[in-house]
Amino acid sequence: MHELKIAESIVDSVSKEMERRGLKSLRAVGLRIGELTDIVPESLEFGFNAIVAATPMEGVRLEIERVPITGRCRDCGAEFAVRDFQFLCPTCEGRGVTTVGGNELEICYLEVDDPHSDKRISATA
Amino acid sequence: MTILKYEKKVLSENDRLAAEVRREMTDRGILCLNLVSSPGSGKTSLLERTLGALGKELRMGLIAGDVQTENDADRLRAAGGTMVRPIVTGGACHLDARMIIEALKKLSLDGLDLLFIENVGNLVCPSSYDLGEEMKVVLISTTEGDDKPLKYPGMFRRSSLMVVNKIDLLGHSEFQLARVKENARAINGDLETIELSCRTGEGARRWYDWLRQRVSHKRA
Repeated sequence: MHELKIAESIVDSVSKEMERRGLKSLRAVGLRIGELTDIVPESLEFGFNAIVAATPMEGVRLEIERVPITGRCRDCGAEFAVRDFQFLCPTCEGRGVTTVGGNELEICYLEVDDPHSDKRISATA
Repeated sequence: MTILKYEKKVLSENDRLAAEVRREMTDRGILCLNLVSSPGSGKTSLLERTLGALGKELRMGLIAGDVQTENDADRLRAAGGTMVRPIVTGGACHLDARMIIEALKKLSLDGLDLLFIENVGNLVCPSSYDLGEEMKVVLISTTEGDDKPLKYPGMFRRSSLMVVNKIDLLGHSEFQLARVKENARAINGDLETIELSCRTGEGARRWYDWLRQRVSHKRA
């Protein structure tokens, strides 16, 4: 159940960032989680909800994008989707495969109600 | 509703501390290995045997992580380990880089060739946490399922060496050496394999040679 610790790290980072930008009304946190990370999204949400209960962040949603595993063959350079964790190049059957996608464990955006106190808005929904 | 871009690795603080550990190990020429496995695969036994065989040749520091008790650290001291630090996580299912930094404050690194970090027995949670090691060594024993690499692909993918322990018990279970290697190879074509028995010592020489080679490479 290391998802609880991961959730703690998310709450810490997001709280600091909210304070830094002078934001108050957080609705959701966008995350990218690779399929090679051993993170179970449901457990992460469970841990997150437990930590933020009875705090100003209660009710904040986690919007999780799962990133599929992508490999790059070191022999022929082909990039391919890794299915069923079989790291085998479909082009040349090489076994020397570098993981180029699937290890992500990143926060990518914050969804807020009140943007007026912030000047670094990159997109408006 | 407004979407604000905020890009940050969730474990960036852990990664920063791990990078500190890695820098220190590199500066001092110490080979740092992170030992991971299920509970009972033989991490402590492997270290006991290694201390017995190489204790006079290589100076080894050991960090022994457990959820509770310092039993493993006690075993390592009894096996001749002089530089041993226990980490009792008190429930946490993995070690993180901050725990390593704290443990290193109480462990003299002067003259060390090797630093072993014995992680908490768990093939899932420790895989997310970089400890600043040079590489992960994953143990599996013949009393487990030979499909473990397929069940825990994250850990086997992130490891550089697989040690198959308890080969003295081969034939007493359904475990097949060829199958575990094939399963591991599907997950990680770069994974080296060493088979041994910590109980009888069979095959251990290859492990010692592997360590010697890595240590001298690190010193160079």
